[in-house]
Amino acid sequence: MATSTANSIELLAGNTACAKAAIAAGCRFFAGYPISPSSEIAEKLARLLPEVGGRFIQMEDEIASLAAVIGASLAGKKAMTATSGPGFSLMQEHIGYAAYAEVPCVIVDVMRGGPSTGLPTSPSQGDVMQARWGTHGDHPSIALAPASPKEFYELTVRAFNLAERLRTPVTLLCDEVVAHMYEKVDMAALAKLPIENRKKPTGAPGRHLAYAPGEDGVPVMAPFGDGYRYHVTGLAHDERGYPTQNPAVIAATQRRLHDKIEWQRRDIVQFETVDCNDAEVVVFAYGIVSAAARQALRLARAQGIRAGLFRAITLWPSPTEEIAALAEQVDRIVVAEMNLGQMLGEVQRAAGNAKRIDTCLKADGETITPEEILAVLKAGRETHV
Amino acid sequence: MFDFKEYLRLDMFPHMLCPGCGHGIVLGAMLRAIHSLGLSKDEVMVVSGIGCSSRLSGYVDFNTLHTTHGRPLAFATGIKLARPELKVIVITGDGDALSIGGNHLIHAARRNLAMTCLLLNNEIYGMTGGQSAPTTTPGKISTTSPKGQTERAFDSCRLAEAAGATFVARGITYEPAAVERLIAAALQHNGFSFVEILSDCPEFFGRFNRVGSPSDMLFTQKQNTLDAKAAAALPPERRKGKLLTGILHQDSAPEYLATLDQNFAGAVRPDMRE
Amino acid sequence: MERYEIRLSGEGGQGLVLAGAIVAEAVGIYGGKQVTYTQSYGPESRGGSCRSDVVVSDEPVDYPICTRLDLLLALTQKACDSYSPQLKNDGILIVDENRVSVVPPGSFRLCRLPILQTARVKLAKEVVANMVCVGIVGMLSGLASKEDLHKAVLARVPKGTQEINRRALEAGFGLANAWLEQAAGGTPCLVSR
Repeated sequence: MATSTANSIELLAGNTACAKAAIAAGCRFFAGYPISPSSEIAEKLARLLPEVGGRFIQMEDEIASLAAVIGASLAGKKAMTATSGPGFSLMQEHIGYAAYAEVPCVIVDVMRGGPSTGLPTSPSQGDVMQARWGTHGDHPSIALAPASPKEFYELTVRAFNLAERLRTPVTLLCDEVVAHMYEKVDMAALAKLPIENRKKPTGAPGRHLAYAPGEDGVPVMAPFGDGYRYHVTGLAHDERGYPTQNPAVIAATQRRLHDKIEWQRRDIVQFETVDCNDAEVVVFAYGIVSAAARQALRLARAQGIRAGLFRAITLWPSPTEEIAALAEQVDRIVVAEMNLGQMLGEVQRAAGNAKRIDTCLKADGETITPEEILAVLKAGRETHV
Repeated sequence: MFDFKEYLRLDMFPHMLCPGCGHGIVLGAMLRAIHSLGLSKDEVMVVSGIGCSSRLSGYVDFNTLHTTHGRPLAFATGIKLARPELKVIVITGDGDALSIGGNHLIHAARRNLAMTCLLLNNEIYGMTGGQSAPTTTPGKISTTSPKGQTERAFDSCRLAEAAGATFVARGITYEPAAVERLIAAALQHNGFSFVEILSDCPEFFGRFNRVGSPSDMLFTQKQNTLDAKAAAALPPERRKGKLLTGILHQDSAPEYLATLDQNFAGAVRPDMRE
Repeated sequence: MERYEIRLSGEGGQGLVLAGAIVAEAVGIYGGKQVTYTQSYGPESRGGSCRSDVVVSDEPVDYPICTRLDLLLALTQKACDSYSPQLKNDGILIVDENRVSVVPPGSFRLCRLPILQTARVKLAKEVVANMVCVGIVGMLSGLASKEDLHKAVLARVPKGTQEINRRALEAGFGLANAWLEQAAGGTPCLVSR
């Protein structure tokens, strides 16, 4: 990509931003399988990782890709994969494995039209619930949704930070438009983002209890090969990592997996509000739809509609407390998303049955336009008045 | 002086394998092979899938990873790439490696990344109660082939060789010392090494097919197999119907990481050199 | 400047994805304006419909996809039919005179140019038609200087092909200038209905 010589401004594509951010965050391992519209992330990292002493491998499928990522992470590397809907479906078992065995890793899902093979090159936001409930069993999820290439960069770094800090898989839910769009980005500013690393044990190897949690509920993590010999399994396990069927031990681990995320909920949940202070109606949107909503806000305000925007950046854990607070202030919420109602359920749950919620939903391979959101803002207002 | 207790996590015992199961014999042979090569426990990484044989990883005092069904080779690939100095051993079963994980086996063989895969073949799914496997001999009884297995069986060694494995061997639990030697040779091979070990399941396969006691089953192994070197000197009619044991294939194709590092030699940015 | 929307449309293989990126870089990186660039394409690498959108503004761009076009370049009849209804009343429609025979009615300004022919005949290399497009779009939008367009092209094209691409860009300037002079001279090239 062209860089002006005078400064560090680049015209950056979303998938390129993700690959560069991964390197900056300390990612040194990528395993993946080609799939539109995420392949550029793999292609960039195939070139970038060897330059920093990292490893790239194209695996035989997405199941193997996430397996290799988990293996590399256990051996001490920050690791990621990138895929799209069908591949994300195949990865679900290993996302559950990473959650239960507490292996930090980052999974990028560039959402395309579905279900099934669907629309390989068209945008969608249809994987939101899969990112929460895609695996069997109970475990919490973290999913972040960037709305621009710059934010894709920032959230990729953040995804690694959260994964390493909390020893958990983190999903980046990007839509095809953000993945492929270019925007002007000041790379020098992005280079200053903080980087977090997993905590390593300091005690003698012989006494290491692999799954004894710290005060934050997170066990410190010894890389395989550093002399802390221990067992990792996807079976229910005790603090030694040994398989167990003891209900008390199992219950405590299940609780802790939730607690370690819940205790940091306020830090994990990020959102942005635009023009909400005087708003009568607020659009709830994320990803590229929030970009359409911003423009819809301008159009609406020009027509005398006091519209605001609640842009979710973290989708899971969902910003229910924040939505509930917002619902107290406004007459109406418009949920706009490129599916037939996924975060809608979260908004309804948070806002309560009494709150009027209108929708602007679309799952036809095209993005929601500012005019479509404006129409819902206006129509609702006319019927409301 | 070899003491198997040095290599076991005794606090995880008693183990969950059935009386007469062959897997303990393989485990003993593997530990003696590791000991004979003088490998430290810290440099050994054992990765396994799901099934009876895959439970072995839990009982040994190495770095151990018990993964998902069929995928241990894929996990192991990530570990080996991230930490090439580890000696990576994958323990897998016939259902694990040849059915649900068949794709990973052929691609691991094709890549030729230096790892050792030990496939413990008992011709049946033991952990789930005796269903037929891709290795079940035609005609044999299992809970899902009550009138006898209809499908043909895989020859895992021929499969591994065809897919590109650069070291292929077969052993039988009737001959533990030979299994130990084969595993030691596999661990010293620079490339993807594959060892199938016939390891009986008296509890399900044996009972269902009325093939006698565990020791009867061991004798049957011996009757059904021939050492590959000895077989070469025999007339075809003496070899007919026999599975060959010993080292069946070995070549010196370039190892994956060696080629990768050669391709990217000089690619590392000066500020990133460790 | 408020939001200015450019769409380059045609079929896969015409190089319009790269052309859009170069226009965006000339305007945004070298010209210093705010810019976004998106593409939409089908599964085919060759043939199939293809478009790239460049949105320019003094303020950061909210929504990167074109909704009301200031400038549309169409290299196929299908692209012209699909997107010309989105042109603003005073927008500019640039079509290839050999590939687009029917122009729908509208109050936009029409610019018919021998784009593909120029590349094929004058430059003897049809693949550089996209650089001819960069020259035309850069000039007619008025958003990028010739110097910035040159820089953007040279930064992007493979080594060894700079000269032919530079000539293609110049050819695009030439076509655009001839049309502008005609327009200034009162020739009825401002088509309405």
